[in-house]
Amino acid sequence: MTDGLHGVGGFDVHRIRQDFPILSQTVRGKPLVFLDSGASAQKPRPVIDAMVRCMEERYANVHRGAYFLSEAATEAYEAARSAVARFINAADDREVVFTRNSTEAMNLVAHSWGRGVMRPGQAVVTTEMEHHANLVPWQMLRDDNRDIALRICRATEAGELDLDHLAALLADGRVGLVAVTHMSNVLGTVTPAERIVAMAHAAGAKVLFDGSQAAVHRRVDVQAIGCDFYAFTGHKLYGPTGIGVLWSRLEQLERMPPFLGGGEMISMVTLERSEWAPPPAKFEAGTPAIVEAVGLHAAIDYVTAIGMPAIEAHERALVDHAMRRLTEIEGLTLLGRAQDRGGVFSFALDTAHAHDLSTLLDRAGIAVRAGRHCAEPLHARFGMEAGTCRASFGLYTTSAEVDYLAEALVKAREFFA
Amino acid sequence: MMFDDLRDLYQEVILDHGRKPRNFRRLEDADRTARGDNPMCGDRMELQLRLAPDGGIADAAFQGRGCAISMASASLMTETVKGKSEAQARALGARFRELAMTGACPACGADLAEEMERLTPLSGVHEFPSRVKCATLAWHTLNAALDGAKEASSE
Repeated sequence: MTDGLHGVGGFDVHRIRQDFPILSQTVRGKPLVFLDSGASAQKPRPVIDAMVRCMEERYANVHRGAYFLSEAATEAYEAARSAVARFINAADDREVVFTRNSTEAMNLVAHSWGRGVMRPGQAVVTTEMEHHANLVPWQMLRDDNRDIALRICRATEAGELDLDHLAALLADGRVGLVAVTHMSNVLGTVTPAERIVAMAHAAGAKVLFDGSQAAVHRRVDVQAIGCDFYAFTGHKLYGPTGIGVLWSRLEQLERMPPFLGGGEMISMVTLERSEWAPPPAKFEAGTPAIVEAVGLHAAIDYVTAIGMPAIEAHERALVDHAMRRLTEIEGLTLLGRAQDRGGVFSFALDTAHAHDLSTLLDRAGIAVRAGRHCAEPLHARFGMEAGTCRASFGLYTTSAEVDYLAEALVKAREFFA
Repeated sequence: MMFDDLRDLYQEVILDHGRKPRNFRRLEDADRTARGDNPMCGDRMELQLRLAPDGGIADAAFQGRGCAISMASASLMTETVKGKSEAQARALGARFRELAMTGACPACGADLAEEMERLTPLSGVHEFPSRVKCATLAWHTLNAALDGAKEASSE
């Protein structure tokens, strides 16, 4: 392996790592091997600098003041919206709603679409492989006495979506919305987005993708996918926490009632009643995450400059390498063997519990997540109630780090044997 | 080797109790049963006590699943509290929690010194803040059982 040194578009992972100040540190005397980017990614210097600069030079509240600083901040905030729109190929900047994170984006859809547009007797389909953020809001909608049912699409033994089961769930034409992950945060499985959309639309259902993981690793084109809602979050995309995105088509956002009420989301207010602002403001009540939007903009510029195809190629090589290295470890069970997958690996060792294993790996400087990764039903599905360890990659992950992980796993197994 | 300095945390006695927990069984004639949960880690145990006529602990047993630390701690706990009065068992629990959190226990030199000695292999856990609750879950569950409660959590 060359770590993609001579990979697509001159992708040089060692140069890229220098952009991330945190990666140069040592942990317990060992170089940090950060394999928890799926939970939250590290931040490159341009993101950190953009946020500092915003607070040092261009900060005021947005959409409110008729003075230089407020106008400058508003311009920066709206420029971030345009950057997001270009990043996912939205047809119109107004289709980009800023939220706190993907979780809030999906709750927004459950609230405004689920409670405001869906009709009694309809159903939502979600799947066995969802993060709790794309399951719990739909359970809450089901339990809200609106006669909206919840159907759960199965995952196959390989950890792929069972499309035959999806077809069966859609067959009666009563499904209003299919809410599904674009890439599993546990299995790494990338779901066949265009195919799911075609199946759902043919049955009269809208489609929401939880793109929290996928948007980091693949070029996402919402128009090419043809979906109706797409959610992702800034902090996994090398941007700051506190900012996420809900994309939807303008006519849909116009049909939906607001989510939260307050300032910014109204066009007219009297003591008796209010009129809503047009989207996206309708869904952005209160002072938004201004500095974080600027940080997200910088993150998008950063990955765009490197190039999503180059990032994807680097990660594809890493995934192939990790598959080889992990599957040759005796006593290691890997969850999911999807054909199309990204850099997320959840595994268990026969001799060690996930928490003991993560404590050992931590001693070697390796950061992995231990537990059920906000996907308890999926762990139950694979008989892994006790949890797994998860290694997840970022664009700065090297094949040498994967080798080091594999070596540490072999030694950890011996330690507990 | 890579993990040598972890022998402080994972001493042989802990690995042994983690692999082969003692008193890992059902008590058919239990007087008290309490469940302990660490929801974040998925550690889960059910502790059962049989009480003597004077209220002391005649027998203690547990079943469940969890990491080596939580299983070893439950195993050592059941061994230690058997034959103790309720007050002694609660005192041991309080001292053990201090030991797990700070690595030291000034009060341990007094009575029950031998019992505390048996628990000291777990003191290394204080260097691992995210793992302290693994070690204390069994003792939280013991308190719940003695209180007559059904559930305990060390979150």
